[in-house]
Amino acid sequence: MNAESSAAEVVGLRAVPWDGAGHGGVRRKVVEGLVQAGLFGCALLSIFTTVGIVLVLAVEAFEFFREVPLFDFLTGTEWAPKLAGKFGVLPLVSGTLMVTAGAAMVALPIGLLTAIYLSEYASSEVREVVKPVLEVLAGVPSVVFGYLAVVTVSPWIRTFFPSAGVFNVASASIVVGVMILPMIVSLSEDVLRSVPRSLREAAYALGATKFDVTVKVVVPAAISGIVASFLLALSRAIGETMAVALAAGNSPNMTLNPLEAAQTMTGYIVQVSQGDTPAGSLEYRTIFAVGLALFVSTMFINILAQWFVARVRMKYD
Amino acid sequence: MGEARTVTMELSHHVELRVTLMTDMVTQRMTLPVRPHIVPRDRPVRSPDELAGHPAKISVSHLNFFYGEKRALADVSLEIPQHCVTALIGPSGCGKSTFLRCLNRMNDMIEDTRVEGDVLLDGNDILGPRVDVVELRKRVGMVFQKSNPFPKSVFENVAYGPRVAGIRQKAVLFEIVEKSLTRAALWDEVKDRLDDSALQLSGGQQQRLCIARALATNPDVLLMDEPASALDPASTSRIEDLIFELRDRYTIVIVTHNMQQAARVSDRTAFFYQGELIEAGSTNELFTNPTRKQTEDYITGRFG
Repeated sequence: MNAESSAAEVVGLRAVPWDGAGHGGVRRKVVEGLVQAGLFGCALLSIFTTVGIVLVLAVEAFEFFREVPLFDFLTGTEWAPKLAGKFGVLPLVSGTLMVTAGAAMVALPIGLLTAIYLSEYASSEVREVVKPVLEVLAGVPSVVFGYLAVVTVSPWIRTFFPSAGVFNVASASIVVGVMILPMIVSLSEDVLRSVPRSLREAAYALGATKFDVTVKVVVPAAISGIVASFLLALSRAIGETMAVALAAGNSPNMTLNPLEAAQTMTGYIVQVSQGDTPAGSLEYRTIFAVGLALFVSTMFINILAQWFVARVRMKYD
Repeated sequence: MGEARTVTMELSHHVELRVTLMTDMVTQRMTLPVRPHIVPRDRPVRSPDELAGHPAKISVSHLNFFYGEKRALADVSLEIPQHCVTALIGPSGCGKSTFLRCLNRMNDMIEDTRVEGDVLLDGNDILGPRVDVVELRKRVGMVFQKSNPFPKSVFENVAYGPRVAGIRQKAVLFEIVEKSLTRAALWDEVKDRLDDSALQLSGGQQQRLCIARALATNPDVLLMDEPASALDPASTSRIEDLIFELRDRYTIVIVTHNMQQAARVSDRTAFFYQGELIEAGSTNELFTNPTRKQTEDYITGRFG
């Protein structure tokens, strides 16, 4: 056996010359076409669904705004659709913002510090225990968080602040914070760990301590991902329904006191959807107006998140 | 049929890929043993007499290193003379990078590793448990194979070391940055773009920035792990010029795959093979008159 043939054998070269003729080309094209059409159909479905939802929201909300001026809706400070015909959405917005801000105060610092610990400091043994536990936490149904807030967190708050109601914003904030915690930890930890080892080595080689490396290299390099995880978690907190509907109470209340009860936008929608409100009535249409407001604010946050990520990425790329 | 040979490729510091090739497929390399072109060389190399006059900056004796059960360095003893360039050569996976990373204890960060033996810097142990690794790394700087600037401005990259060392005054930092960039032959190119992201620099500039960043902590020793292997010939040449200029001020240890580069820049060369130090000596001597068969085979391209 000569040298060339053995090398050709090793790499599996073919000795048949190219004759220019297609073999099974038509069939291959049909299959390819079908695959592409099928995939395109799936993509189209999600677009139709999105457009459909937005349309329903917009049409019903439009009907609502024919009777209630948009300005009154956005600036009114009293929400009592059934009893007084007052349609000021601000109490619901403030309830939502209070719960979200409280949840952020609980979840952002704890979440980020946990992510830093897991990514930079924890040994692999500790990580293998903590991460599954967080996943379990993420799997707890939100209604469970809701009654935990009522039966555990709220009494606990009332031992410190006897003036607090059974239903209060603080307990809702705490449980929503705990709910979004796993999301922040897991997303932030992923971006922290994806910071290349070469950057860490560069910093260690300059005589940096672990703390220096973490604070001045790893976190800044990962900041866009961390902020994105915060904003996604906040989006989730705004849209969170069951826990706040149970814990915060059902009384639209324009307040900054976290010990009082309040109602969030989602909580209101739950309340009306459950009741026997006749379809087509003005009260029925309020949930579409509120839903639209919720949709717009969540979308605004998501756009903000994307803008922020793009801005930071420009700075660090 | 040609005989099968096993070639070991280093994928990362502790992962290896073994590939069996037919010798016939590498005929070109096998039949043309060529020594690296050594003379004329445009930079004066330190003569053996001169080398003998330089005291050992780092002295390594009986160094063993293990990744888990696998022994990566076997009883390596080597003196690294002050204010000279020492090149470490050898095929992939021979332990030269591991050896280099022992000198500033970068291997500490890799789990499940173990080191035995002595490494003395200025006569004092650096491996002991009571050694301040942070202080050691300020004295023994490092430049990596892939340039790894921080995603920060040019200025902040160079100022990083001094900053973590506690220097706060802007004026002092600026002075250090300017001096370091000048020494790394980069100042003229970047003095107007100090606030630009370091990642906007070219590959060669980024690597010189990493050298400047390492110089900013005012080290005695500079470790370079294949600093030019990812660069084009022009940038490589600039780095080599730079290494030559830096050797009067710093003790330099460079790992390289490129034997011509070792011959061009170093005063002293050490040849590693399969975790052992086969031979070390003055660069001219080692390349023109190696004493060991394995060294001869490697520098003439018979393997590796």
